[in-house]
Amino acid sequence: MALDSKVPKGPIKDKWTDYKNHIELVNPANKRNIDVIVVGTGLAGGSASATLAELGYNVKAFAYQDSPRRAHSIAAQGGINAAKNYQGDGDSTYRLFYDTVKGGDYRSREANVYRLAEVSANIIDQCVAQGVPFARDYGGLLDNRSFGGVLVSRTFYAKGQTGQQLLLGAYSAMNRQIARGKIEMFNRHEMLDVVVVDGKARGIIARNLITGEIERHSAHAVVIASGGYGNVYFLSTNAMGSNVTAGWKIHKKGAHFANPCYTQIHPTCIPRSGDYQSKLTLMSESLRNDGRIWVPKKMEDVLAIREGKKKPTDLSEEERDYYLERRYPAFGNLVPRDVASRAAKERCDAGFGVNATGEAVYLDFKSAITRYGTEQAKIQNIENPSDAKIYELGQAIVEAKYGNLFQMYEKIVDQDPYKTPMMIYPAVHYTMGGVWVDYNLMTTIPGCYCIGEANFSDHGANRLGASALMQGLADGYFVLPYTIGDYLSNDIRTGKISTDSPEFEAAEKEVTERINFFVNNKGTKSVDYFHKKLGKVMWDKAGMSRNAKGLKEAMAEIKAIREEFWKEVSVPGGANELNPELEKAGRVADFLELGELFAKDALVREESCGGHFREESAEEDGPQKGEAKRNDKDFAYVAAWEYKGEPADAVLHKEELEFNDIELKQRSYK
Amino acid sequence: MNLTLKIWRQKDASSKGQMVDYKVTEISEHMSFLEMMDVLNEQLVNSGEEPVAFDHDCREGICGMCSMYINGEAHGPDRGVTTCQLHMRMFKDGDTITIEPFRAAAFPVLKDLVVDRSSFDRIQHAGGYISVNTSGNTQDANSIPISKHAADEAMDAATCIGCGACVATCKNSSAMLFVGAKVSQYALLPQGQVEAADRVRNMVAQMDLEGFGNCTNTGACEVECPKGISLDNIARMNRELMKASI
Repeated sequence: MALDSKVPKGPIKDKWTDYKNHIELVNPANKRNIDVIVVGTGLAGGSASATLAELGYNVKAFAYQDSPRRAHSIAAQGGINAAKNYQGDGDSTYRLFYDTVKGGDYRSREANVYRLAEVSANIIDQCVAQGVPFARDYGGLLDNRSFGGVLVSRTFYAKGQTGQQLLLGAYSAMNRQIARGKIEMFNRHEMLDVVVVDGKARGIIARNLITGEIERHSAHAVVIASGGYGNVYFLSTNAMGSNVTAGWKIHKKGAHFANPCYTQIHPTCIPRSGDYQSKLTLMSESLRNDGRIWVPKKMEDVLAIREGKKKPTDLSEEERDYYLERRYPAFGNLVPRDVASRAAKERCDAGFGVNATGEAVYLDFKSAITRYGTEQAKIQNIENPSDAKIYELGQAIVEAKYGNLFQMYEKIVDQDPYKTPMMIYPAVHYTMGGVWVDYNLMTTIPGCYCIGEANFSDHGANRLGASALMQGLADGYFVLPYTIGDYLSNDIRTGKISTDSPEFEAAEKEVTERINFFVNNKGTKSVDYFHKKLGKVMWDKAGMSRNAKGLKEAMAEIKAIREEFWKEVSVPGGANELNPELEKAGRVADFLELGELFAKDALVREESCGGHFREESAEEDGPQKGEAKRNDKDFAYVAAWEYKGEPADAVLHKEELEFNDIELKQRSYK
Repeated sequence: MNLTLKIWRQKDASSKGQMVDYKVTEISEHMSFLEMMDVLNEQLVNSGEEPVAFDHDCREGICGMCSMYINGEAHGPDRGVTTCQLHMRMFKDGDTITIEPFRAAAFPVLKDLVVDRSSFDRIQHAGGYISVNTSGNTQDANSIPISKHAADEAMDAATCIGCGACVATCKNSSAMLFVGAKVSQYALLPQGQVEAADRVRNMVAQMDLEGFGNCTNTGACEVECPKGISLDNIARMNRELMKASI
């Protein structure tokens, strides 16, 4: 089957508007007869559920957490981009579009990204109308900050809790519809399969996580908004429950899975401290607005610091290597995430890591505290302020901007980041890859849509900071509610979908059999044992840098872990009760398949682009020496994989990427 | 360090529960409390026993899912943290730690340490929103200037994570800090004014219906709140309720 992206014709700036003008609509009376299932209630799923219900559709929303408000979008810290140009610094829809395509290393679909940039400003208006308390300046207008990979200030924020506030906004919009009965909310439910009838997605099989009951739910369309699959690495900044199951189940029923190897390793996370570690904690990229990243210049200082004989604050400016400022003078500490992460790895691999594991660099706020303190002293007319006074004034400003992040760091590491630099190291954070969708956000299963992080569409091979929240809300509030109408307009005469069909029967049977297998297997090893083993292979061989040999080994090793898992996994407890081990087992089983496809995808893509760095494809000389080397001639395509049983047998379909409005060139941040 | 854990075990909502003793060894002080629980559960799984069920998800103090009552305090002995951010350095070798679920009539136990907090959701359904459709045609965000002070105060109220520590801590199992925070967020913003009276009346009515108790101003909720939500929000809610009734 050939992939049709369904991108409308015409100039890029008119595509979306023209398309909306000609799309089929469903009249309000008919919408009342149409049901839509939404799986996941983060920014994408929450906003989609609310908007579809406002339009009049009957929405059934599913979340594995106990409330929609707990979806992992809540943990997003730094902010959300929008081309408002409130700062008058030259921002525009085109510039946001350009930055996002360039930031994604020219591996995203132009038309989707332009639409994203176009609706970005509406998102801010919508959220303010909902009562989202964005940060404001003293004149009462909205404040902005800068994020990596761009030269303007277009990021709106609510302290270091922007994701929380945006999600609570979407949740409030959902609450209004739940109260009206237009959204039926299924908390503590997990989707375990999609049901395809006559080639169309017509429902799901879900498990009630409290009672263990397996339920059939029908609808005219199914929307997957289940987030990313970073937990395939076991350790990531994702929530403990974040998983690929919904996306993987639809993949197995016919949805192509695109670019699984595109993973974002975020440069500023709290370094790991021991084998017991269950997750990694992000320190927002917004900190790079004011923090400077460094390691000591001299090895003897590195060793002295590790042995505790010296403190980082003992080193003079001359003794520090601000390696991002040195290597990338134009963007400095605000280079994109993939670049910053690789630079940290380069220094640590060279032996300059500053903690016991050798995997940490400093993020230092002293310059910013002094700069803000001096400014405040002027504003407050304090003559000849002492250094201590300047520090105190500056600290108050930094606290107002990032207080919750500093507190979080202190609680975890037990060090005061106002007094000593933070230690950070890259960690798995976001997955740009995901289920393949066309311009309508529909997968290759008719009637099955995929939105937010779960799809692949807008970020190419690397996502810029503050763009995930933008995409989630754009998809849910402003894109899907239009495009889904075009499909549903053919369903106004269909009537209620029955759950008694053989297709529902078969899907339920398959789900039940798998659950029964897990609880009856009585193996010798816990689910976590396998998950950790998988994570280690992924991190070592498909992590920040990859090569053909390692990827081939990864494929074989993951297959072996999977085979052992199906023999030896042990799941205590029963099927008909709240059983967290059973939930984990199902999720890890899917990660064990995805992981192999991931390695295969990375093996086939013999170029470096964005977060995907192939050691065989680096610049060998010139000013860009050591930087990633892209190969547009052979790899300017989306790799969409079709399921064929074993992950190794998946079939590759290519969607060639066309760049008509942006010139393809090497991404330079020097 | 080596620890003795006394943990509430309960099969399901309709069964009777009891405290059960467990031992864990070689616990690092750098572990989070939930990582210590992971160690216990791995131990239980490997010996074929059922692990202790507990709610948790983000493990960075923002989703509000984790909810343990540790040594008689919601989220344990540290201040300004959720259970997932509590670290073992707060305990000593040889300690005995008592771990219970959040206890309140409106938070029934589902299993072990997992409770049902859907009563919080129902209070939000009653009025925790501003009635605005997603048209994309709302006015420009900067056409409503809001003083920095009001915006910051609204933000402070909005940081509530809905974990329920305030309820678990309160001797009356009152939800007023939670409801007060939501009412305050909207009461402080111009967008929230139109529906202010209905909102506070409906949310308070639902709160009473769910079986939460009243506030007697002991302030325990504020002390245990992991996000530092202030008692001022309860005062503001009462003021809004008075305003709505005259």
